[in-house]
Amino acid sequence: MSGFDDQNGVSRRKVLECMTWCGTGVLWTISGGVPHSLGIMGEAQAADTKGLTFLQISDSHVGFDKPANPNALGTLEEAIKKVNALPQKPAFMIHTGDISHLSKEKEFDDADHVISQSRLDVHYVPGEHDLIDPDQGKIYRERYGKAANGAGWYSFDANGVHFIGLVNVVDLKAGGLGNLGNEQLEWLESDVKSRSASTPIVLFAHIPLWTVYQDWGWGTQDGAQALSYLKKFGSVTVLNGHIHQVMQKVEGNVTFHTARSTAFPQPAPGTAQSPGPLKVPDDQLRKMLGIANVSFKQNEHRLAIIDSPLQG
Amino acid sequence: MLRPFIASSMLGAAVGSLLAASVLFARAEGTPNTVFIDNFVFGPKDLTVKAGTTVTWTNRDDIPHGVASSNNAFKKSAALDTDESYSFTFATPGTYQYFCYLHPHMVGSIVVE
Repeated sequence: MSGFDDQNGVSRRKVLECMTWCGTGVLWTISGGVPHSLGIMGEAQAADTKGLTFLQISDSHVGFDKPANPNALGTLEEAIKKVNALPQKPAFMIHTGDISHLSKEKEFDDADHVISQSRLDVHYVPGEHDLIDPDQGKIYRERYGKAANGAGWYSFDANGVHFIGLVNVVDLKAGGLGNLGNEQLEWLESDVKSRSASTPIVLFAHIPLWTVYQDWGWGTQDGAQALSYLKKFGSVTVLNGHIHQVMQKVEGNVTFHTARSTAFPQPAPGTAQSPGPLKVPDDQLRKMLGIANVSFKQNEHRLAIIDSPLQG
Repeated sequence: MLRPFIASSMLGAAVGSLLAASVLFARAEGTPNTVFIDNFVFGPKDLTVKAGTTVTWTNRDDIPHGVASSNNAFKKSAALDTDESYSFTFATPGTYQYFCYLHPHMVGSIVVE
């Protein structure tokens, strides 16, 4: 099945309905240009995904031990077990930030130990929780950013798809949102300039690149500038975390998608006094955590995303 | 966030109301030089103190926050985990705008007279 392809029998509305309550992971299939969701992860088995399939996890918050989830490392482990149980092994994984809760060496050690059990290459971008050590991100950069530029941005290619990892959690300005900054924007412009318009682009960063909810800071102030460099491309997929819930919108050639956390849920925009860890009944927690699986099919201009909860 | 609710559900109504009472007391007593962070808000948002006052910020959310001057006019805090505090002594009169460097939509000011 292919979520945004009505001809295959699944309407976009139905997929979006599904996404509102399916929880854990996002399975992405990229097919030539426009991303689409396959539905929940269990349905991925039925999909004919001959192209590239990769996995997104986000917001592990290892070290978090508050009532919303006293064992964030345990639920990360459950997520990785779910990854290992996938019928089709993903090519690699991306982690869209907040690996740790407080940027402590032990938190990163624990996260690495669990995530390495997937035996997948992992491409990271930092969340704001990963850069709050006394040296403001030194630990992150030494572990995950050695080959990256600046605060940790980089690009790579896989199966003809161009992947770009951006950092929008440093040098934040008073009253503002997430921030990419001029140096990174210039790098992005030159990184994509010479690429063919038919190259599918996957952009990933921690905070949503589009404004999900300004009052809670859920957006990136210069995100539109970044996207302006991508107008010529037929297929752009933007994958984010930070808000700990699945949200998707399609605007022209760009599909935006946020993944669930593996640690704790946050309220839907405006439904609570503030963002932050949402305490839910114990038997509901794993329905609100998850992973995401993404697939790309050659010549189909489609990218399929499957969000799967840890449970349910 | 939602600390009073969580506290009362965990500890029982009696202890919860004791806690709420002590929080109210602390707020009343602490107002002259104390800023609490609750539900991603600095409270009070704008605080006026005399020159030489030491202002203390205390984070009561389940998420870390940080305190930074909007124009580098005073030293920024380390990340404050739950119940951690940061203090700075304002010697020079002026208006000091600040924000949370992790959640920059959170802003406040200290007016030093």
